Amino acid sequence: MNRLDALRGTTPPKPHDARAIAALAANPGCSRRALMDGAGIDKDAAARHLGFPAPFGQSPFAITRGNVFEALVKADGCAELLRMLREQLGLPIAEVAYHDVENVGAHLRHAHTRALFDRAVAEGHDAGTVYDHPLLALEIAGHAAYLEPDVVAFQLGGRFHIVEIKSFAVIDGQADPAAVAAAARQAAVYVLALRRLLGELGHDPLRVSHEVVLVCPENFANRPVATLVDVRKQLAVLERQLDRMTGLDRLLDVLPDEVTFDLLPGEDGLPTRSAAELADALRRADARYAPDCLSTCDLCFFCRDEARQEGASDLLGRNVRDELGGVASVGEALGLADGTRDPAPGQEEIARLLRNAERLRRECLT
Amino acid sequence: MSLLTSLARLRALDEGIAQPIATVRHCHLSARPMVFIPLKLSGEAAAPLAAMLGTDRAEPRLLVVTQPRNRDLRFAWAAELAGLLLPYIQGFLRETETVERKNADPYERALDAPQLIVPNPAGVAFTRLLGRSTRFRRADGPYPVPTGVPLLGRWLTWFAERAGYPGSSLTIAATDELGRHWASGQSGLEDANLAALLAWITDGPSDDAEDPLIWPPAGPVTDPGFDAEVLAPAIEKGSAERVTEALRTQLEPTWRLMWQAIDLLGGLPEGASVAQRWEQDRASFSGLAAQIEDGAPPQARHDGAIAAAARLARMERAQAAYEVQRAYDDPLVMAEYRLTGEAFAGEVVETEPENFEGEGRSRKLRPLVVVKTDDPVRLAPGTTLGTPQRRGQGAQLVSASDGLVTLKITKGMGRGKTPTPGAVPEVGERVCYTSLTDDFQGAPSLPDAEATPWTHGGPPREYRPTDEDAREEWS
Repeated sequence: MNRLDALRGTTPPKPHDARAIAALAANPGCSRRALMDGAGIDKDAAARHLGFPAPFGQSPFAITRGNVFEALVKADGCAELLRMLREQLGLPIAEVAYHDVENVGAHLRHAHTRALFDRAVAEGHDAGTVYDHPLLALEIAGHAAYLEPDVVAFQLGGRFHIVEIKSFAVIDGQADPAAVAAAARQAAVYVLALRRLLGELGHDPLRVSHEVVLVCPENFANRPVATLVDVRKQLAVLERQLDRMTGLDRLLDVLPDEVTFDLLPGEDGLPTRSAAELADALRRADARYAPDCLSTCDLCFFCRDEARQEGASDLLGRNVRDELGGVASVGEALGLADGTRDPAPGQEEIARLLRNAERLRRECLT
Repeated sequence: MSLLTSLARLRALDEGIAQPIATVRHCHLSARPMVFIPLKLSGEAAAPLAAMLGTDRAEPRLLVVTQPRNRDLRFAWAAELAGLLLPYIQGFLRETETVERKNADPYERALDAPQLIVPNPAGVAFTRLLGRSTRFRRADGPYPVPTGVPLLGRWLTWFAERAGYPGSSLTIAATDELGRHWASGQSGLEDANLAALLAWITDGPSDDAEDPLIWPPAGPVTDPGFDAEVLAPAIEKGSAERVTEALRTQLEPTWRLMWQAIDLLGGLPEGASVAQRWEQDRASFSGLAAQIEDGAPPQARHDGAIAAAARLARMERAQAAYEVQRAYDDPLVMAEYRLTGEAFAGEVVETEPENFEGEGRSRKLRPLVVVKTDDPVRLAPGTTLGTPQRRGQGAQLVSASDGLVTLKITKGMGRGKTPTPGAVPEVGERVCYTSLTDDFQGAPSLPDAEATPWTHGGPPREYRPTDEDAREEWS
């Protein structure tokens, strides 16, 4: 049994999605997250078992709306999608073949996806082809993660485009910037996965376009609108972060052999392992908590609690931490400000600033 | 964020209670604010679900769309909202003052203006979308909506726009405004939770604030658990009463928090420049009322190139003025500039009130003042200075070394042979001088909209309301 499987133990593995990979790349220094994701551990279940349930959930209204919208775009072999590609993006599409990769069994999907793309590139179709539900794989820190995108890949003139369908609205040509940024980051994961797939097959990876098609409802109606989004920047960030991500093997090496994140699910699937024991095991892997985790990681409340107990200035956000220039703990920073602590070498400048700030606050508040 | 605020956050975290970062209130607080807590249906862009609103904390009004996907009920809800908000807004138009202007006709400015207080920035964003989805409708024609709805849309659009205008107090997002006056011991991201931020300011942090069963989210998005377990079944059942009561449970806690936030802000003395900024708000209010009176079309979807440039310039000037005024009004804000060396404060140790410069006709009175300060002064000789203690005064830095700063007063000491009494600070007085000055910046000269150059798309097409706009789908 390999070490990662041992880490997960008897708990069934949880597949990755692009959202998780995008979030992982956003905090590449977090060993705890890298190990848990690498081992395919259900972080949501772990967090709940630890008594720190994740603060996210999706409203049934939002899920319904998302599904209805996606169904609308994909209905009749993506008829609506093709209309938009023709009319709004001006692509010269005459006829289009439609392949639903999901039609084959789940275990075959990735192989099937590979075969389809291999053939498509080799034959150099001029006609457009739409591939629905492709199953892609991406190597994360030395281990393959499978991605099940709800996107389609679209081929025209030998070039592939990723189409991402999202249900947030574009109103008068503007959408929520945070939502667009998240969609672009996720799409970049798919572009990268597809490029690597083509590369492995011996084709030119750049046949996957860096422009993705983002499909959203327009204004207040359900009518879809397509926009091209350039994800070159997100791709560069993602590639760099994935490269930088400490290899899992090195993380595993420093972890004592007996450590496992196994939840020991009982017959009903509920964890039977003692929460305190699980918490101890998790603390063996260093976390790098930042408030941004609150919107991306299931384990955020657990790590925040840990940061509170340690009195880490990370709690206040990256800008505060940066401002403190290397002073990691709250007690240390306040000690420097009060003058009850002598600055360590290299801390003279920040200590002087903090003492000055403290003097000014006292003067103004008394 | 500045180091001073970061230090306050550290202190808050250490002491378990939020720390003040302002000594005065920097926003206007109306005697009769309209508290407005809207809720929307999750997953939709702007489908209203409910709103709790009112000017009296003892009498919140609850408006609910009991079938959120029903278009007619949605417009009926908007009509009800208009029925409450429009009389409130229009009530302020009755009493006006005549304002004389240079190079223009005098105009009427309302003596007071409406004030909308929403829980958080997301509430402002939703107000903007509500405005956008209603202002192009028409009460007559082929696709009529209830009277008042299009007008409501124009006012909501204006409220949302003013929220982005630096220093304006017409629309206040409670978490933002509290965050400008107190530093909590959590991150800015977590400060967007009204219950959590208020807990930090009053009793200290509490995990209850993040428990949606104790403190439901302050909107406009509802708690997913509530959606799944309470709201969806109630809507399914088709019971209007159940839906209404369910939503009341989600809004009432926030209603109480909103008034608590208002009380907290109201407990701070008002900053000296707040009235001046509120005057601009009143002018903006009267301006839109006059446009509506003149039959102008609703606000366009997009600004034309000229309008956008003018708006940007206005906002930049407002931002600069707001920053200067805040520093002049509040020693704790000024401290930020003292920390970076752009301001200094200290005791006057020596003066030479009758110092003259130049000879003959160009002989000028230039009183000298020496200030002893502990602040790290990083200003070059010749820098123009202003002071919060004497706002009309102008000064210039002569030299600064070893904690002694010499400056000469250049403006605001009278034209006589001796300075006006009180114009030159006395020895022993505490003073503060800064390079931060609210210099009047002229508006950039921009061509008329009709003369927009082709590089900027040429003259924008004039907006004419169409049936297409009036019937736009709202699903």
